[in-house]
Amino acid sequence: MNELPETGLILNLALAVGFLLVTAAVLLSLWRLIIGPDQPDRILALDTLYVNTVALLVLLDIKLASSLYFEAALLIALFGFVGTVALAKFLTRGDIIE
Amino acid sequence: MKKLLPHPILSLMLLGLWLLLVNSISPGQILLGALLAWLIPLYTARFWTAQIHIRRPLLLLKLTGTVLVDILIANIAVARLIIGPRARIQPAFIRMPLRVKGNVSVSLLANTITLTPGTLSASLSPDRSELIIHALQGNDPEAIITDIRERYEQPLLDALEQT
Amino acid sequence: MTTELTTLLVELFVALLILIGAGFTLLGSFGLVRLSDLYERLHTPTKATTLGVGSLLIASAVFFTWREPGVSLHEVLVAVFLFITAPVSAHLIAKAALHQRTPSHSGLPPETLLEKHDGHGTRTKPDTDPKQKPSQTD
Repeated sequence: MNELPETGLILNLALAVGFLLVTAAVLLSLWRLIIGPDQPDRILALDTLYVNTVALLVLLDIKLASSLYFEAALLIALFGFVGTVALAKFLTRGDIIE
Repeated sequence: MKKLLPHPILSLMLLGLWLLLVNSISPGQILLGALLAWLIPLYTARFWTAQIHIRRPLLLLKLTGTVLVDILIANIAVARLIIGPRARIQPAFIRMPLRVKGNVSVSLLANTITLTPGTLSASLSPDRSELIIHALQGNDPEAIITDIRERYEQPLLDALEQT
Repeated sequence: MTTELTTLLVELFVALLILIGAGFTLLGSFGLVRLSDLYERLHTPTKATTLGVGSLLIASAVFFTWREPGVSLHEVLVAVFLFITAPVSAHLIAKAALHQRTPSHSGLPPETLLEKHDGHGTRTKPDTDPKQKPSQTD
């Protein structure tokens, strides 16, 4: 696969901007996670953080031209969902497993 | 037939899931996927109590298309609301009586409502007769309910039958 | 050369998708900080983020399909998963918030209705007096 071209200028530029935007998104979610003000707000911020992380990993995959991080992205999406459900259920019912 | 392959739709979905997961369509993976798609529904059959019948597959496909387009519109609309002046956001809770019955239909409808423009399903009454919806622009609750009814609920009612 | 042209086109397409996706991801989180109460904030991540990450995943699928032999579709799996789970998380968080009577600008639904929707009975009601009026904080 040596004859394949390196990732070009346009793509690298877009990736750089993409990383910047998603990092900003992570910081904003983190801000909401810190200031709260309520528990549901924090759960929502955490959920958004998970999704932002998935976005970051997908970008990294394209940047490195390897699908090494695909499984990591899938697992974060999975566990993020499970975590959100567990936390929300805890708030609603007071316990998680009945 | 019913005993051997209790949930054909679930089996197909599992096979698709497996092939996507391994990212390959080699004969070996298809065989392995088919085996899993056959065994998993067989051994979890008691867990899946609801049986759905797709009465009109084409209508379901059309509904999926509508929803996908609406998701695109929803994203742009919500994006404009986020950036735009705050006065344009007039949030309200809306109570919507449900006509669809059955687990699958209700959850499909609730998910659709959340994914589409300016509405979010917030709570379902225990008897599944009413949904509380939160709308970003809720000046006209009647219009929102009529819209949901016509666009999503009616096709769902027509296309799916749950026993 | 045609191969160079396709390379350019694919790169442009992928770059565009990356920009759209990253932009929407940022918008989702921006809404999370900007909007004024929890129920409004719930709208933004579920909508903007699904499309944002969706675009990024399509970009990834196109990129790897073009770059490596064979079709790369496993990104679709993450996208489908996110599309299914995002509304469910939002619904559960909204339900938890309603259960806790988190104040909102839109006014909570009537208490009798919420009582019905809690539907678990055993948990004692929150000791704070549930307010029907929206709390005007700003």
